Amino acid sequence: MSTAVTKPSTLQQLSLIAEREIRARLRSKTFLVSTGIIVAIVLAVIVLPALFADSSQTKVAAFGPSATAALERNPGLEQVTASSAAEAEALVRSKDVSAAVIDDAAVPAGFKLVTLSEIDSNLTLSLSVQPEVVVLEPVLDNYWLAYIVAIGFGAIFMASAMTFGGSIATSVVEEKQTRIVEILLTTVSARTLLFGKVVGNTLLAFGQIAIVGAAAGIALSLTNQGELLAAVGAPILWFVLFFTLGFVLLASMFAALAALVSRAEDVQSAIAPVTYLLMVPYVMVIIAFNKPDILSIMSYVPFSAPVGMPMRLFLGQADLWEPLLSLAILIVSAIVIVSIGAKIYENSLLKTGGRVKLTEALRNA
Amino acid sequence: MTTLKVDGIAKRFGERTVLNNITFTVPGGRLTGFVGGNGAGKTTTMRIILGVLEADAGQVFLDDTRLVGGNRGRFGYMPEERGLYPKMRVLEQLVYLARLHGLSAAAATRNATALVERLGLGERKDEDIEKLSLGNQQRVQIAASLVHDPEVLVLDEPFSGLDPMAVNVVVDVLRERAAQGVPVLFSSHQLDVVERLCDDVVIIAGGEIRAAGPREELRSRFAGERIAITLAGDAGWLRSEPGVTVVEFEGDHALVELDGITPDALLRTALDRGGVVAFTPHRPHLAEIFQEVVR
Repeated sequence: MSTAVTKPSTLQQLSLIAEREIRARLRSKTFLVSTGIIVAIVLAVIVLPALFADSSQTKVAAFGPSATAALERNPGLEQVTASSAAEAEALVRSKDVSAAVIDDAAVPAGFKLVTLSEIDSNLTLSLSVQPEVVVLEPVLDNYWLAYIVAIGFGAIFMASAMTFGGSIATSVVEEKQTRIVEILLTTVSARTLLFGKVVGNTLLAFGQIAIVGAAAGIALSLTNQGELLAAVGAPILWFVLFFTLGFVLLASMFAALAALVSRAEDVQSAIAPVTYLLMVPYVMVIIAFNKPDILSIMSYVPFSAPVGMPMRLFLGQADLWEPLLSLAILIVSAIVIVSIGAKIYENSLLKTGGRVKLTEALRNA
Repeated sequence: MTTLKVDGIAKRFGERTVLNNITFTVPGGRLTGFVGGNGAGKTTTMRIILGVLEADAGQVFLDDTRLVGGNRGRFGYMPEERGLYPKMRVLEQLVYLARLHGLSAAAATRNATALVERLGLGERKDEDIEKLSLGNQQRVQIAASLVHDPEVLVLDEPFSGLDPMAVNVVVDVLRERAAQGVPVLFSSHQLDVVERLCDDVVIIAGGEIRAAGPREELRSRFAGERIAITLAGDAGWLRSEPGVTVVEFEGDHALVELDGITPDALLRTALDRGGVVAFTPHRPHLAEIFQEVVR
């Protein structure tokens, strides 16, 4: 034949395989739908509270130096200066202000609080002189925020890893079941095929996480939650980095386990061990986000580091060298697990019929 | 011209020997039919040729090069169990496979488009494979084995599931490839198809090669002493004729074997009995040779 055929390089084949994986996933809509859902949830969590938060400050009229000083200690209250006690009371009656604070030398506080019809206990509390509070064993400053961030990292990690882990597993079994793998293996090595799949799905997972991270960042800045963005921004970037590397490790486990079976019906049970493993970081971070000891262990274990380390960074519990060390551990374990995964994959790919035993798949071919 | 040689292949699955000393040659430029019953070892042999399965003994050579490991990139292979990506479009899939074999994007597209047109799938080229009928999926499968301009073709049951028109198209395509010097090995259990198409035949039974060689040579070799006779009248008297064994009989036609009587003598008797329409030495069809060698 006239066609020039050169032996294709491994890199060319790998990128062709990765490209096919990406195209196939984009076409199947799973990626688009799952990304859409995750983005929608993240946006809802960030935007809705901001919309419903009562941003208008309570207006309080003030007359006299003690009253003015008391209000100035409360930045949440908007001060309306009255020129007399009577004017302050009039503002309350006309409902221009919620309450008035008027100097009264006869009472210990030096001022009195005037409301229209009900005692406003919040206002009363905020104007009261409070003792200095010392907490000997503090929980977090910002318990609920930390809780939401923990759920966020945990849930996105689990959802994305399962989506793309599941799709790489399905793709492996599809090739085995249809036997196209027999055609592919005449020209591609099993390793190239595996790495192409891992690269393709990792890029997709990275894309999804990056989109979610960017959406969270944009939503925070648009809703004037700049302070929160400053606190979460860097941990989100670390999360994307950790997740992407962590996914390489997970993807090769998914692929290796899927290669043990030959039918689509058996995929779920084959990948169940990794699926359970994925739930651990999610559950752990929710239980232990306020327990620094457990969290710091999590932040070094390769499977849970993508969740644990960003969480610690968010809480300000980790020095800068810590994520770097954890990243190094993650990379080394990824290399080890990917090479074990490749061996299992290589040894099982052409064995159809019953489920291949793991011990058999690990034996030298 | 390339030659594919299978030399002393043996394979056991557990206690069961499925292939024993399989040796045959697939010369370039010819179509070689590989026939055998179910479980005879056709697919196992082909998978070993492709390196998809490892042999316990024996070697496969392409000319003088021994094939080891994954160097089957210049092979075109159609596995027994049809396999393509169900959710990938016809043309896209063929281009992908061609590029994986090292063709440039342009050459891959050119080859894939030409094959799709040739095999009558032009209108379906942008449909997902799973939406095609089984016959059309089969055509895509054949295209997939050819799209990278392979130097050797190994096709497991390429004609099963094809209508007669499609069989003819595929045969033409395979002949063209053979004419370019490519050795073409295809298996089939449709002996009439093999007889019509192939130049060489390899017959396998019970994991052993029972006969191999050019089709016409085999037919002559197995011709034996049989004579096909068509008489002007009823041929029933042949049954009681001494020295004649009737193998087949139908009205005025009979297939006979002679023992202790010459063809001349029988022909004379027949002429005396009322006229002969045809009297020819019988060259067996592949089906008959097959019956005989696998026994």
